[in-house]
Amino acid sequence: MPHDHHDHGTPHSHEGMSPSGHPYRADNDTALTYWQVMEIAMRELLIEKGVTTSAEVQAQIDVMDSRSPANGAAVIARAWTDPDFRQRLLENASDASREMGFDIGPLQLIAVENTADTHNVIVCTLCSCYPRNLLGLPPDWYKSRAYRSRLVKTPRAVLGEFGLNLPDSTTIRVHDSTADMRYIVLPARPAGTDDLTEEQLARLVTRDSMIGTGLPRTPE
Amino acid sequence: MPDRVRVRAMMPPGHLRTPSYLRGKTGVIERELGPFPNPEQLAYRQPAGKQPLYRVRFTMGEIWGDAAERPEDTVDAEIYGHWLERL
Repeated sequence: MPHDHHDHGTPHSHEGMSPSGHPYRADNDTALTYWQVMEIAMRELLIEKGVTTSAEVQAQIDVMDSRSPANGAAVIARAWTDPDFRQRLLENASDASREMGFDIGPLQLIAVENTADTHNVIVCTLCSCYPRNLLGLPPDWYKSRAYRSRLVKTPRAVLGEFGLNLPDSTTIRVHDSTADMRYIVLPARPAGTDDLTEEQLARLVTRDSMIGTGLPRTPE
Repeated sequence: MPDRVRVRAMMPPGHLRTPSYLRGKTGVIERELGPFPNPEQLAYRQPAGKQPLYRVRFTMGEIWGDAAERPEDTVDAEIYGHWLERL
């Protein structure tokens, strides 16, 4: 823990600590796991046999890294400003996202809309299904056993830990991505945003508001 | 009146996409999603027959009984047709 020296209570050693007071992180000198060895072997074989190239592998990693919640936020802001688009999004979220130029691939996307009396939140209890094409890589907690097992049983307690306390009059709908669909929450447009442009609205849309563990920001 | 269905309470071995916490539970079909290859065969590279896939809505009261935080809250999950019996 970083700390100020004037409030030291007990004598202790800083040996092995970085100048900022944190322990140095150990180098990863441990042996590769079985699956790491298998991944490297498979990748090297595919490259040796000319099936793919290192450049292609790296390009695909770049594609995955380039996806971010900004993609999803643009879709949400469009739905807030264009009622016809909102309707198309709720009918077929994959096609509506493609219409905006996002690479959805074969992904089957369903948008679920928050209303005055309904709040939606997504989870994958069996693994870690996530709308990566629109939101990028999932946060670590989304893949944790705690989130996956607790959200379907005590969503109100879990959302409370995210700082989201919903009234009893709001129905919570948890969406468990058990098979071929992926989900994105269409949050309610915040009040007091009538004068904002689509781009300004998109900046209010957080990653968590599209998972359902949060709400959009309100304008400052 | 939406169709009521019960998830079969079977426990076969292998790769399954029907969560244990929903087996034996009753819900209503929220929407039909169309035919999809059965993951129970797909996972083992066997020829996968297509199964109709449904989004089924369960109440928290149905799933968790008295332990539910608010019985009217719901869980929607995708369940393949061969796991459902119509009521």
